Amino acid sequence: MRKTSLLVIVLVFSAVSLVSAEAEGAAANAVAIDTLWLLLAAILVFFMQAGFAMVETGFTRAKNAVNIGMKNLMDFSVGTLAFWAVGFALMFGTDRFGLFGGSGFFLNEANPGTGKGLWTFAFWMFQVVFAATAATIVSGAMAERTKFVAYLGYSVVISMFIYPISGHWIWGGGWLGNLGFVDFAGSTVVHSLGGWCALTGALLLGPRMGKYVSRNGRVSVKAIQGHNLPLATLGVFILWFGWFGFNAGSTVSGTDLSIAFIAVNTNLSAAAGAIGAMIVSWIRAKKPDLSMSLNGALAGLVAITAGCANVSPLSAILIGLIGGAIVVLSVEFIDKVLHIDDPVGAVSVHGVCGVWGTLAVGLFAQSEYGAIAGVFFGGGIGQLGIQTLGVFSVFGWTVATSLALFGALKATIGLRVRPEEELRGLDIGEHSSEAYAGFQIFTTQ
Amino acid sequence: MKLIIAYIQPHKLNEVKQELYKEEVYKMSVTNALGCGQQMGYHESYRGVEIEVNLLKKVRLEIAVNEDFVNRTVDAVVRGARTGQIGDGKIFILDLGECIRIRSGESGSAAIG
Repeated sequence: MRKTSLLVIVLVFSAVSLVSAEAEGAAANAVAIDTLWLLLAAILVFFMQAGFAMVETGFTRAKNAVNIGMKNLMDFSVGTLAFWAVGFALMFGTDRFGLFGGSGFFLNEANPGTGKGLWTFAFWMFQVVFAATAATIVSGAMAERTKFVAYLGYSVVISMFIYPISGHWIWGGGWLGNLGFVDFAGSTVVHSLGGWCALTGALLLGPRMGKYVSRNGRVSVKAIQGHNLPLATLGVFILWFGWFGFNAGSTVSGTDLSIAFIAVNTNLSAAAGAIGAMIVSWIRAKKPDLSMSLNGALAGLVAITAGCANVSPLSAILIGLIGGAIVVLSVEFIDKVLHIDDPVGAVSVHGVCGVWGTLAVGLFAQSEYGAIAGVFFGGGIGQLGIQTLGVFSVFGWTVATSLALFGALKATIGLRVRPEEELRGLDIGEHSSEAYAGFQIFTTQ
Repeated sequence: MKLIIAYIQPHKLNEVKQELYKEEVYKMSVTNALGCGQQMGYHESYRGVEIEVNLLKKVRLEIAVNEDFVNRTVDAVVRGARTGQIGDGKIFILDLGECIRIRSGESGSAAIG
């Protein structure tokens, strides 16, 4: 009898320890899956840098291709160090007044000896490629006329200061996030912010020479053709590819299986965006326009970024389709009415469609997918109001700080190259190099 | 009949064309050209090694005209291409022996206009 009871006790004890070991094993597996997913997504988002570089190179002239390459390489490299030193701490450090973070400078709180510390490393890796995405958006809008050294200065400030502060408001535990503002993967945090910086930069720089020609009091708008649309096409496919990491990675968890429909929404919206832009450009220009349709795919991607975890696939298609239509009209409006020279359409793709995507959360959100419901799905107008507040807050913050930044650069080291240098191309003037040595390139603009 | 050959700065092509159109000169050939003159070259560098670039990018215009069009064509090119800086370019005028329009078989002055 005593023997049996002892046996029972031993059996029960070992069963309990087995269960708890199993639970521990499952938890450890979850951490491992989450970390792997986060790093994989970070690597995908990193590759978007290549996409941006190719799109910008393709949409601009051959004589500036070295400069575009250099800017894309350096905004990532300089931005990485700036985000490591200061940006990450301002964005994700201990919250101060709901406005900014204040700890973790130089990654000093990440201890490689603890699980939490290792997670911080993975999280930093994911966040730094987001910061770099915001920074590199601006390069395209300011292409073909910006002084390289001024661009370096800009790269430091956006990654160190402008992006992290408003990012903290939304993702770092700041006031907008606490109000319930939803921007799942960064239509506003990343894309609108980059787009508005691009707008002020292009505005302060002025147009490329020969873009808007004034004759008899009338301004005629000239096309300055990009020199390699196949390269731009490759760039858009690379961005699309990387965007699966951008959106689905923003669960910050590989055990949160909503990554499945997030990826589906991302793909559907991009496809619909390309189609929307094609249709509108076909109607307006009588032919389906490749460069506009490429912008349309990006518009769809930007637009679904805020709501990809909160909307149904059908809503994702509508959001993308409308984004694709908006981007064509916006490119034409900024070019032909405002006369702001944005060679790659960055303001329209990222700024304008970022706003559309953020507001779309307030319209299309469904409680079956995320926790909230938008106007079309019985959620009332409240969410849309919060989304609007977020859009305007980030717009105000970005325009004010980037105007100050570009204004200061303009007043000190200068923002723009000399006219002779612009005519010959920034490759020779800024870098003493040519992108296509040995080729004869017809440049008459 | 004369053949007018002009070497101009590439970015001046548009203005030159506009001036030519004003003088009702609509026919021309345009090619890329490399050349050196008084302008001197510039230096590039590739992976730390200096390269002297002596031949600069220019655009070459060829316009065949009848005698009564020579002066107005030359004036138009000068108006469009001139900045007063070294490097504005040069114009050469050659006698043209014959001109034949392939489609109609016309020749001489009739084929030029």
